[in-house]
Amino acid sequence: MVEALQRGMEDFARRFYQNLIFEDRWLYLLKGLGTTLSIAFLAILIGTVIGFALALCRISKSRILKGISGVYINVLRGVPLVTQLLIIYLVVFGSVNIPKYWVAVIAFGLNSGAYVAEIMRAGIQAVDKGQTEAGRSLGLSSAQTMISIILPQAIKNVLPTYTSEFIVLIKETAIVGYIALEDLTKVADIIRSRTWDAFFPLITAALVYLVITTVLAALLRKLERRLAVSDRG
Amino acid sequence: MIEVKGLEKKFGDLQVLNGIDETIEKGEKVVIIGPSGSGKSTFLRCLNLLEQPTGGEIWFEGEQINAPKCNVNLLRRKMGMVFQHFNLFPHLTVLQNITLAPVKLKLQTKEQANENGMRLLRRIGLEDKADTYPKMLSGGQKQRIAIVRALAMNPDVLLFDEPTSALDPEMVGEVLELMKELAEDGMTMVVVTHEMGFAREVGTRVLFMDGGNIVEQGTPGEFFANPQNPRLKDFLSKVL
Repeated sequence: MVEALQRGMEDFARRFYQNLIFEDRWLYLLKGLGTTLSIAFLAILIGTVIGFALALCRISKSRILKGISGVYINVLRGVPLVTQLLIIYLVVFGSVNIPKYWVAVIAFGLNSGAYVAEIMRAGIQAVDKGQTEAGRSLGLSSAQTMISIILPQAIKNVLPTYTSEFIVLIKETAIVGYIALEDLTKVADIIRSRTWDAFFPLITAALVYLVITTVLAALLRKLERRLAVSDRG
Repeated sequence: MIEVKGLEKKFGDLQVLNGIDETIEKGEKVVIIGPSGSGKSTFLRCLNLLEQPTGGEIWFEGEQINAPKCNVNLLRRKMGMVFQHFNLFPHLTVLQNITLAPVKLKLQTKEQANENGMRLLRRIGLEDKADTYPKMLSGGQKQRIAIVRALAMNPDVLLFDEPTSALDPEMVGEVLELMKELAEDGMTMVVVTHEMGFAREVGTRVLFMDGGNIVEQGTPGEFFANPQNPRLKDFLSKVL
């Protein structure tokens, strides 16, 4: 019994060494994590810019702008992200030599833009119409009213949803393996193919995702509580 | 000062204003009363183009303001508006609420605007609230600050859209008191209200609106003592 336990622990230590220490595999995983996080981060930046522009189009009076942004949002939310990634990699940039990393950043950025647009639109429209009227009645232009009065309140409205969009994005980047980009998931899979051990690399990757999303979600809850306090009278 | 000719407003198929003609002179305090749905708020909101008229003309200080070439933003600097629900900016302090527009529109430096804002707050006895946020204030305090926020732009006329309707009864007095002071200072005012006491005491002219028309008007004395129109008689018998 004791002997079996001892053998088990030795086996565990050996596999741990094989999968995470040998040939600096933990460093390899860390590099994959860097790719995962930097793609998500750059994508949310691009998505914010695109999403903001789209949201303004959505609430504008111009039918053309409304139509274009509506189609964009519908298409990018209605097609699976993997499919979009492959199309951008193989069709749009099929004949151009662009690093795969940037293909992924662009694909995720464009897609995230569609979701951020809807978040922002809802946030802007949730601000009471009286705020716009008050701003305009003081002689401010519609742009000045938007920047000084509506947006500061809208951003506060959307911050929680926006942060959870970022958490979703971090997990969704796991599909970049489809274009052979070595993110956290792909690296774990590569290690699996070398060591013939599925458990260690995949569970390690899963735990890393879980820790990051849990920490972000906790920060988010803290943020929500802070915002709620300042809303109370 | 304000001249309205044949003003019409339709919301879809609903005709809210049926060709209104009215002239408001400098220094007048015009009080508009009438049942809900009579178009009195819409009329007021047309004066600074918060509602775009669908017909007729509005002239302000010699300029047709609903002509396409008119700069609405410049016009609105001269026409302050006070809303039923105050519409203070919740993300800004009381003082910032007052100074935002003069500073953003480069009419005053930040220092000038702050100084002017504090002077206005002192006037209404709320200088100690300068750095608090609107959510900390009572309804009466909010509305008085909304009034001085409009005053900070040095407007030629102030429009009031039911300024006391959203207030608890004990807060109504302080707001009416401030409005009375402004009237005594000579401010031109157009006030939509249900406060008949205010209309009688402060108004120089009272308009009764019904069904999108001004059906009767006069000085408060004759208006309340000797109403002619049956709708007005009926209305006054219910509210007085």
